[in-house]
Amino acid sequence: MIVGERKPLREILESLSPYREVLVLGCGACVTVCLAGGEKEAREVAALLRLKGFAAEAASVERQCEREFLVPLREKIPAFQAVLSLACGVGVQTLSEVFPGIPVLPGLNTSFMGAPLAQGVWEERCIGCGECIVHRFGGICPVARCAKNLLNGPCGGSKNGRCEVRPDRDCAWQLIYDRMKALGRLEELFVIQPPKNWGPSRFGAQRKIVREDVRR
Amino acid sequence: MSVLQELLEQGVFVVTAEVGPPKGVDRESIVKKCAQIRGFVDAVNITDNQTAIVRLSSFASCLIVREAGLEPVMQLTCRDRNRIALQSDFLGACALGIENFLCLTGDHQSLGNHPEARSVFDIDSVQLLGIFRKIRDEGVFANGEKVKGEVRAFLGAGENPFADPLEFRVFRLAKKVEAGAQFIQTQAVFDLELFSRWMEEIRRLKLHEKVHILAGIIPLKSLQALRYMKNEVPGMVIPAWVEERMQNARDPKEEGVRIAVETIAALRAIEGVRGVHIMAVAWESIVPEIVRASGLFPRPGQGGGEGV
Repeated sequence: MIVGERKPLREILESLSPYREVLVLGCGACVTVCLAGGEKEAREVAALLRLKGFAAEAASVERQCEREFLVPLREKIPAFQAVLSLACGVGVQTLSEVFPGIPVLPGLNTSFMGAPLAQGVWEERCIGCGECIVHRFGGICPVARCAKNLLNGPCGGSKNGRCEVRPDRDCAWQLIYDRMKALGRLEELFVIQPPKNWGPSRFGAQRKIVREDVRR
Repeated sequence: MSVLQELLEQGVFVVTAEVGPPKGVDRESIVKKCAQIRGFVDAVNITDNQTAIVRLSSFASCLIVREAGLEPVMQLTCRDRNRIALQSDFLGACALGIENFLCLTGDHQSLGNHPEARSVFDIDSVQLLGIFRKIRDEGVFANGEKVKGEVRAFLGAGENPFADPLEFRVFRLAKKVEAGAQFIQTQAVFDLELFSRWMEEIRRLKLHEKVHILAGIIPLKSLQALRYMKNEVPGMVIPAWVEERMQNARDPKEEGVRIAVETIAALRAIEGVRGVHIMAVAWESIVPEIVRASGLFPRPGQGGGEGV
């Protein structure tokens, strides 16, 4: 899922300072699951804003990233001077596209695509490189999980299973080594991995998929 | 052929050192460091913004080193340049007569002095070696297009025998050799036992017959310097006995030199170790004393006599 984190209240108040009537809009998808921008969080933020003198109201839609879920807000939106979106960056932009006449401000920082490890802990798993090769590494992605996205083995800073860059994170290559060893597939790691094609990644250009088979 | 390659192929036990470029345009600081070690080393590594701290470029520093009468080893990391820029700089350096290259992945930028910078890591050190080898041996770029002219280069890589997972280190080295590494400069050796075990594995795979291994040496200047390295430098293993000796020493600098000289003597006795790489960072002036005390002076072709 997409994992996000609410922006500090100070930053939200600063961006909302030109406005008084504000709609705080939650999203029912990923950010609800990661407890950052669902209906509950929208109500909390709206209450905080009211304490700070705003005429704030909370609402939520099933998915802010899809236009059809935003259209029913057509009647509601004009009553406000601004919308504080608690969706990810995709939701914020879709909302701006559907309602170009109203300022839409991001209330979250979109952090990464990741998974929950425990209650209140999430970790990145995928950078959406566009060409998945995770099977070559025992199902552990070095592109997303190694700080240097190394494809040919650990750097010289791996110690006690930890990454030299952030010692509270696992060294992806220690995990890969342990997994491949347990699977009896260590020799596969001795094969040189060629330079990765970053064309399908975000370094290519803005990405777009057109599927003629399902297109209408 | 570079002097470094020639000596290694002749079987001479080589000595290389490291010079870190200044944080500014003071070329004299490089010339001065070179003057201190000239005649005592066979080649000098020029670091490429090591520890991700901005310094005078490796490329420019290599030219200054050559003007100062020493043979440079140009270090290139994959942190700041993609395959386009790395190939371009490689060609530029070759065209200007630089012949030794050390291919590294590079220290992560978040540990340096511009932690907000965006990293590149388009390719890793193994892939970089492969690309340079192909340019030299097959006359083609990474994309297969033809390179004009003949490229001469002696390719090296780094390796840390002390990092985890320990059992994988030798295989990673084997990948570097397969990709194109002709020489290896290791992380500083303090733990001789661990290093010897690594070398045993190297010999078991017969890698020492395919690649020249130069063992890293860092002379310790003080107990503080030791503790800094032990605690702050990733991948550095310093056994307790070294710390004890430095702690009890009346003159820590002298003790640091003694440890370095003893380590070099022990390394020379290990089959497959073909030289030492002395990284006396910010203490380049000590290199001559260590080389002399190790019986490695004079250097061949530099004042007569074989330093073997």
